[in-house]
Amino acid sequence: MIEAILLTIITAATPLVIAAIGELVTERAGVLNLGVEGMMIMGAVCAFAGSYLTGSPLLGVLCGIMGGALFSLLFGFLTLTLVTNQVATGLALTILGLGLSGQIGESFVGIPGVKLQPIVFPVLSDIPFVGPLLFKQDITFYLSIALIIGVNWFLFKSRTGLKMRAIGDNHGSAHALGINVIRTRYLAVMFGGACAGLAGAQLSLVYTPQWVENMSAGRGWIALALVVFASWRPWRVFAGGYIFGAVGILQLHAQAFGIGVPSQFLSMLPYAVTIVVLIIISHNRRTTLINTPASLGKPFVPDR
Amino acid sequence: MTETIDKEAVPLLQVRGLTKYFGSFAANNAIDLTIAPGEIHALLGENGAGKSTLVKMLFGVLQPSAGEIVWTGKPQTVTSPGHARSLGIGMVFQHFSLFEALTVAENIALSLDPKIPLTKIAEEAAALSRAYGLPLDPSSHVADLSVGERQRIEIVRALLQNPKLIILDEPTSVLTPQEADKLFETLFKLKAEGRSVLYISHRLEEVQRICDRATVLRHGKVTGACDPRQETPASLARMMVGSEVAAVHRADANALGATLVDVRRLNVPARTPFAVTLKDVSLRVRAGEVLAIAGVAGNGQGELFDALSGEYPVADAETIRMRDKPVGRLGINGRRMLGAGFVPEERHGHAAVSDMSLSDNLLLSRSQSDRTAFLAGGFASVIRHDTIRSAAKRICDMMDVRKSGDDPAAASLSGGNLQKFIIGRELDRQPSILIVNQPTWGVDAGAASRIRQALIDLARSGSAVVVISQDLDEIFEVATNIAVISEGRLSQPFPAGELTLEKIGLLMGGIHDSTHGGETAHAH
Repeated sequence: MIEAILLTIITAATPLVIAAIGELVTERAGVLNLGVEGMMIMGAVCAFAGSYLTGSPLLGVLCGIMGGALFSLLFGFLTLTLVTNQVATGLALTILGLGLSGQIGESFVGIPGVKLQPIVFPVLSDIPFVGPLLFKQDITFYLSIALIIGVNWFLFKSRTGLKMRAIGDNHGSAHALGINVIRTRYLAVMFGGACAGLAGAQLSLVYTPQWVENMSAGRGWIALALVVFASWRPWRVFAGGYIFGAVGILQLHAQAFGIGVPSQFLSMLPYAVTIVVLIIISHNRRTTLINTPASLGKPFVPDR
Repeated sequence: MTETIDKEAVPLLQVRGLTKYFGSFAANNAIDLTIAPGEIHALLGENGAGKSTLVKMLFGVLQPSAGEIVWTGKPQTVTSPGHARSLGIGMVFQHFSLFEALTVAENIALSLDPKIPLTKIAEEAAALSRAYGLPLDPSSHVADLSVGERQRIEIVRALLQNPKLIILDEPTSVLTPQEADKLFETLFKLKAEGRSVLYISHRLEEVQRICDRATVLRHGKVTGACDPRQETPASLARMMVGSEVAAVHRADANALGATLVDVRRLNVPARTPFAVTLKDVSLRVRAGEVLAIAGVAGNGQGELFDALSGEYPVADAETIRMRDKPVGRLGINGRRMLGAGFVPEERHGHAAVSDMSLSDNLLLSRSQSDRTAFLAGGFASVIRHDTIRSAAKRICDMMDVRKSGDDPAAASLSGGNLQKFIIGRELDRQPSILIVNQPTWGVDAGAASRIRQALIDLARSGSAVVVISQDLDEIFEVATNIAVISEGRLSQPFPAGELTLEKIGLLMGGIHDSTHGGETAHAH
């Protein structure tokens, strides 16, 4: 029973972790992309289409990643090259993504999808309890772990990551040091898009292997909240993803057991917690200064 | 100019006839400068004298229009800051470009070869900071550091490149006296190692204390090269501010009327560690008078203006009286309602909102004092755009403000034209009291003379005018009486005609003789 619940929590948390870690990189470079929901749903429909048309769910995952990344390129072009308002553009991206994915996916509605099969580690997966949880998962779970470790290393150990944090802190000074602000931000935006696409692929190939319109169901927004909740630290994204994921699952179980907490209350918990975290963060100027990318959402136009 | 440098040493740096034109304006005009190895060389001059331009050419940020830079005996064209660093020139800028969210080591790493591992950079930085008495923890975040510590990062960053010459641009302007003492120890250590320091400052006391030689700039030209320890503050001040102060006194010593501004024994504690405490400041300005307040920058001018304008009201209402009313506790608008006008030093962000139009800026400053004219509908405060626009136009015509378009954004005007507008905005109300801080700072000569004339005319029409300025030429041009501010103390006023340059230099250097306090004590 507990194992089953934990398994569903992992499945629910994985897309949140993946989408949030991508957005974390985007925001660390100083770009606020509110279009996560839109990129995620585009990833979901592209992944489903890819796996349906090729018959290979792995190729589907690849299609999802590419779909998300390409869609984020639109955001990058608008906000970085044309210097449009990032908030408005991000919202537009979400609305566009939800509509466009519905259009693309119209013919897939009702078709049973192919589920992404788990990768089974011999021996390890036979360990009681832990084995099925950690060593008999599909590739997206392993990727989510790798992404957390990789991004953490990249941001805090590599020189390129240092440059990216410098851009997010003060793009003017970074530019003066000869760092290519716009190019780095394009890459960060596309990384965020690719991750959102991967998260979408997980939804349409693992979580519920089929295509349903609006199937991202607000997870992109939770991922966005998660980045703030984690105060832009990768491991906190991981922890927060599982907390938010668990809240969602336990809410279902609570209903099944007839525990009298209104489901609406539990659905709003992630956002309420985020607001509380925001308040705590804003009280501590030091944490704010050190973790919040200071140039987040600000347009950058290099001197001529 | 005769150079009396040690003949046995090959100069580290020799600058000959260096000239830089911006358009037709010569920011630097045939500058000669020689720096010997192991000397601390002061570059003295008031704001706008051309110090920064010279240094930017030495560091490769600007290219000279004429003249040559000879580095260790070889003529060089310094093409970029990177090139300057590779030659062995390090620079510590006045305004740091540090990343607050990053650690000290990370900040330093960003400007170094990416192949050097971060741990090695941290070790070297820690070792250097210990060796030079610049305590600095490489793993601390910049956000947690004081301004002095941030400056140390810049110095350590420069030292990591093992420079022969380190240029420091106004390093103590952001330091507390204690931090400054620490910095001087470091500079002596650098000197003992045979490195040279080019020390840019306008603080005479410091220069006399630490520098071996000084080159003085004024209006882009060298006006003196000397050993500052052999000079007096007065003689240094004269080189800095010029000795050709012409007898341009205002024509008439018109009869002065009633006292309009009366400040008695004003004491204001410093608000920040870098601010100046105002001590026992008394001044009196009568109708028809221009009282000019001279002084070297950073001696309490800004604090005095804040107290007079009401930007920071003072503790005791009675210490500042305007038109016979105690105003010490009133804010700016309260004082404006009494007929006072104020022009602060910073044009952008203080006197004007850069991105807003001139008419909006006019409304912002006068919305209270000209409420009936500019706002309609009583409580509803509907903006009367037409009235405000025509008032803005009237001001622009009166002050000859050159602009593009009818009502452009403040930011689109040149410094001089914006300043004319800001002064005109106050004059347009015909204030009975006008208090101005650095009225012609960074303003071209034409606009400056127009502004000065307007100030004189206002006084002639019977208003009391206070002009706080660092420009002695300006002071002698407009003043009826002159007082000097130094370390937060204000001297007694002297009639402009009676004050000699010698005396003003002594007062600026902080030598207060028995003349302080025209009004004797006990009046508290």
